[in-house]
Amino acid sequence: MAETMTKKSRFQNGKWKNYISYAVILAFLIILIVINLTKGLGFSDKSTLPRIAFSCMLAVSLNLVVGFLGELSLGHAGFMCVGAYLGCYTANVLRGAGGMPELLVIVISMLVAGIVAAIFGFIIGLPALRLKGDYLAIATLAFGEIVRCIFKNLPFFGGAMGMSTKLYDGNTLFIIAFVTLLFVVFCCQNLINSKHGRAVVAIRDNEIAAKAMGINVTYYKLLIFMIAAFFAGMAGVLYGATIGTIRQETFSYNYSIEILVMVVLGGMGSINGSLIAAAVITWLNITLQSQLSGALAPVKSIVYALILIVIVIFSNAPAMKGFRESINPRNWKRKSPEDAGKIKNDAAQWDRIPTKIHMDDPLSVDTRTTYADSPVPPDVVVKNRDEFYVKPEKPADTAKAADAAASADGKEEK
Amino acid sequence: MAEYLLETQDLGISFGGLKAVQHANIKIRKGQIYGMVGPNGAGKTTIFNMLTGVYLPTTGTFFLDGEELKGKTQEQINHKGIARTFQNIRLFSNMSVIRNVMVGLHNQPQYKCGFLTSMFRLPKHFKVEKAMRQHARDILKVFGLDEERNNLACNLPYGQQRKLEIARALATNPKLLLLDEPAAGMNPQETADLVRIVKKIRDEFDLTVLLIEHDMKFVSTICEELTVLNFGTVLIQGDTATCLNDPEVIKAYIGG
Repeated sequence: MAETMTKKSRFQNGKWKNYISYAVILAFLIILIVINLTKGLGFSDKSTLPRIAFSCMLAVSLNLVVGFLGELSLGHAGFMCVGAYLGCYTANVLRGAGGMPELLVIVISMLVAGIVAAIFGFIIGLPALRLKGDYLAIATLAFGEIVRCIFKNLPFFGGAMGMSTKLYDGNTLFIIAFVTLLFVVFCCQNLINSKHGRAVVAIRDNEIAAKAMGINVTYYKLLIFMIAAFFAGMAGVLYGATIGTIRQETFSYNYSIEILVMVVLGGMGSINGSLIAAAVITWLNITLQSQLSGALAPVKSIVYALILIVIVIFSNAPAMKGFRESINPRNWKRKSPEDAGKIKNDAAQWDRIPTKIHMDDPLSVDTRTTYADSPVPPDVVVKNRDEFYVKPEKPADTAKAADAAASADGKEEK
Repeated sequence: MAEYLLETQDLGISFGGLKAVQHANIKIRKGQIYGMVGPNGAGKTTIFNMLTGVYLPTTGTFFLDGEELKGKTQEQINHKGIARTFQNIRLFSNMSVIRNVMVGLHNQPQYKCGFLTSMFRLPKHFKVEKAMRQHARDILKVFGLDEERNNLACNLPYGQQRKLEIARALATNPKLLLLDEPAAGMNPQETADLVRIVKKIRDEFDLTVLLIEHDMKFVSTICEELTVLNFGTVLIQGDTATCLNDPEVIKAYIGG
């Protein structure tokens, strides 16, 4: 039993998952470069790809706050706004000075954007992170709107007209964007899979215990908030380079919520999930926008919302659990008929066993369709069914057994 | 070096008009296993919460090794050397067993490693991670939990969860370990096991243990001295046998 559980747990913590996202992004990038060199990507593709990249960056960074730290933040577009304005302004100044290679300009402007956004993260996080749940969400929502309104009323940054910056050449921009995305994923994944990530997840799991273990909760909350803001600021620069003109209305709370939708759909606490969800949603959004134009334009929002609802139902509704498990690759190896029959039989007997498993979650017994997520593998339950019933035993035997167990324990210690 | 490892002076707290604890003077020598007993609501866990910085005492103060710790935060008090377990188990249930212990090791000076080091995977990160994992396994071996190290903490049976909580507290390298009802919900076999483990860690890790327990057999087996509380005040203090046979104590427990 212990062995099976160990195996399963290793599978869950499997390290291959950390590398698969790098591999997929790199492969995607190389394929795109090859296509671009041989046939040439379309104009619309060239603007879609950087958008997908910076959406992924936003989703991954927000996932640090929402998924790993467990705090609800609705102001992520605000940090992106700060980064976009300050970063692109820096880029404009650097270009004005001249003599600097374009690659260096964008790297420096991204760094500046990230640092300024992180400072904003610190300023808003210091008071706001004392709040919990809904209250923090409202505070961050207000922050996002305030930032937007400030930039709207600053003539220095172009005011309501927006600030113009250099529109990048589509042939290089998507490469820059995906390399930046790789960097962000690398940083986030490494951070989460380290002692610092452990501390953050510990705070999410049980803040009281984390404090009692000497984890500096305020420090880690602020740190994660600032890192997320940093990457959002970097995404803002990419946004400016993709669009050419930064308009403050883009960064309204609608956009913050769209990023949150990506994180929730991708699965909170899953970086790979965020990447997939961000890519799919961004692509969907852009495609719908371009396909449903003219008279059909009003339908776009409805179609988009409907698709989101369908995705949420299929990925999260309890009634769809059977369907999800049937398409889960982990269950494919159980597809042989006798295996299926075995599982069915076990399921039938499970109900009759006075179970002591999952006492805190009684519903899980009824809704479970396979034993993939059960702590006890099915064959153990069937073979040793009698062990689950109370057997009358002679007191002498019990005492002997206890002695034997005690001496065995003693040996282990030595 | 002070004579007593933990010394509370006139420790007290009131919530509004409710005087939860009054005039608690507890003195614990280094290396002792000290018990705190009393009926429900006597203020035992409240004292624990004051000693770990959850509550700020309204009167009095307390010293660890001669250093006043009143008014420090929970994290600071933990760094100074007081670790605790909880009455209702508070493990990081979605983390594996070994990771729970590694969270306990987080603040040890030998495992210091900045977040940028981890983020960019500098060599120090791997060195620290490896050493932490080995250290955590060593601690788990004391509790017989090494086999379970990759299981999720929430999948462990109750008795092992209690042991894991002690292991996690031990990982913070405390001078004083506070155990809040460590034997609650354990069967006699597990309780006997626990007695051995507590004595063993006291000797091996050079610890002092303060524990709350309702199981009188457990208390009389393991504790050298006792403080009996009732309605927030100290009823009697002294060595275990005297305390448990005191008529006042018996009256407080079973009435009469």
